[in-house]
Amino acid sequence: MGAELALVTDALVRATPLMIAGLAVALAFRGGVFNIGAEGQLLVGAAAATTVSLAGHAFFGRGVVVIALAAAAVAGGCWAAIAAELRRRFRVLEIISTIMLNFIAIYLVSFLVRGPLQEPTHIYPQTESLPAAARLPILVPGSRLHLGFALGVAAAVLLSWVFRKTAIGFRIRATGASPLAAFTAGRIDVSRTSFLVFLFSGALAGIAGGIEVTGVTFALYENLSPGYGYTAIAVALIAGLNPLGIIASGIFFGALETGASALQREFAVPSSIASVVEAALIIGVLTLTAIRNRRVPGRAS
Amino acid sequence: MSAVESFLEGAIRTATPLAFAAIGETVVERCGVINIGLEGAIIAGAFGGFVAAGSGSIWLGFLGSAAAGVLVAAVFAIITIRVRADQIITGTAISLFCLGLTAMLYQQLYGATGAALSIPTMATTEIPVLASIPVVGRALFAQPSITYVLYLIIPLVWWWMYHTHAGLAVRATGEDPRAVIAAGIPARRIQILCVLFGGAMGGIAGGVLVIAQAGSFAEGMSAGRGFIAIAIVVLGRWHPLGVAAAALIFGAASALQYFFQALGWPVPYQLFLALPYVLTLCGLAGIAGRAVAPASLGRWPDQT
Repeated sequence: MGAELALVTDALVRATPLMIAGLAVALAFRGGVFNIGAEGQLLVGAAAATTVSLAGHAFFGRGVVVIALAAAAVAGGCWAAIAAELRRRFRVLEIISTIMLNFIAIYLVSFLVRGPLQEPTHIYPQTESLPAAARLPILVPGSRLHLGFALGVAAAVLLSWVFRKTAIGFRIRATGASPLAAFTAGRIDVSRTSFLVFLFSGALAGIAGGIEVTGVTFALYENLSPGYGYTAIAVALIAGLNPLGIIASGIFFGALETGASALQREFAVPSSIASVVEAALIIGVLTLTAIRNRRVPGRAS
Repeated sequence: MSAVESFLEGAIRTATPLAFAAIGETVVERCGVINIGLEGAIIAGAFGGFVAAGSGSIWLGFLGSAAAGVLVAAVFAIITIRVRADQIITGTAISLFCLGLTAMLYQQLYGATGAALSIPTMATTEIPVLASIPVVGRALFAQPSITYVLYLIIPLVWWWMYHTHAGLAVRATGEDPRAVIAAGIPARRIQILCVLFGGAMGGIAGGVLVIAQAGSFAEGMSAGRGFIAIAIVVLGRWHPLGVAAAALIFGAASALQYFFQALGWPVPYQLFLALPYVLTLCGLAGIAGRAVAPASLGRWPDQT
């Protein structure tokens, strides 16, 4: 296999968690929920998928991947549910609560890989490697590109269809655009809608973590995510919260990050340059969008 | 030093950077702006302080911290108050930007390994008489001098906010900016100045971490303190004295980890590390419905 192909497939591998977590962020933001917690939801999803894979592969055989990803979705959803319930019942600002939950998830993973889930020799702070039967199939032979990427694209298409064509999608968009109007004119149960949006957003981020474990790392360890959940915010915003656009922006950021890693190896440029470029892009897009909105006539009336 | 004394000392030490950041954010939120970019100001302040204190002067270090925080706040102010982009997303982006930029600059300037470069830390200064008060004396009055600056700033901000015309204008802007504009007071300028002040305080909070505590810079060393400080503002009900009390309670609760660790309970250490974040969540749930935010917090009236 050529080195060029490896560059492309590596970028797509890197894009996969960014894309799926980006969809999680877009779903939440569209529904008026500022879920900054994709990082934590991704981590607990990864932890759940690892646990299920290691415990269940002997019993379920190849089917264990499906169950592992389902467990990742449930775990991510539950992690988001904490913040969703705090918001619904106590009106706790979800930006703060989800960031707190991100830090708690980091320490939870740290506890798991140094405690109950640590590999049998108890030397390394990580779990056992997943057996071959519990791994996602490879899409391009000879590369690392796994089925997770296709699942991500499918999820984007599905979410796009939900937003544009279904009543649920309309309720989500209406709730996000104006909760008061959605409630008074649309008789939408705004509180319930945003609660469910929060849960499903967490589930998607959890799946991103499950796919990362079953497709790339094959084990749980600290620093499993180099900030996928935060980059996902950039991915979603650059795409204008449009699910199909997130396929493109996810691949773009995947390429950017693999490129930055290569730069660091070859030319000793710090790889954190990627996060600087990402954040600068968000700020740029926000500013331009705001300037454009100000030019819309009649807005001030 | 007894266990109780070292616990109290730990409480004040944890509370100091949080109180700096939170008191600044209190002023920012009282004028109707929510700056989620506070985390960015703190990490920028930590980095700016680290670079400036490398010159050998500790106070120059704090000046560098404040300047870096103001710079970050200025970017936030231009984008949210001049251009009127969404405050929450802008703030989040600015925090991410600063975390990435400081990591990059640190690697670039001091090498990718960043082999624990250290700067001289600020020594503790004992205040005569007060430091010899039993139990609390040493915890409160044998601290680095920057802590005493905090002791002065808290009552000053309170007095300024509730007993001056400028303070009244700030509070009015946070409740109803249109009325403020109708009265001929430049509401936007007030917001910009408050955000810059909040940036300076956030920067100094980062400076405290580096210059008065760690003695070195580390990537992401702000560790969510900006977000915790925003939660502390809520817990302190947007009142300077309440915020100071909330920061102290939070510091005390976090310092419990040293206490528990000393007891040697067979509890995983990650539980202690996660404690500040768990406490923040519990505190926010506990205050529910009893804290009323400034009426126009986070949005300008002509925004939907």
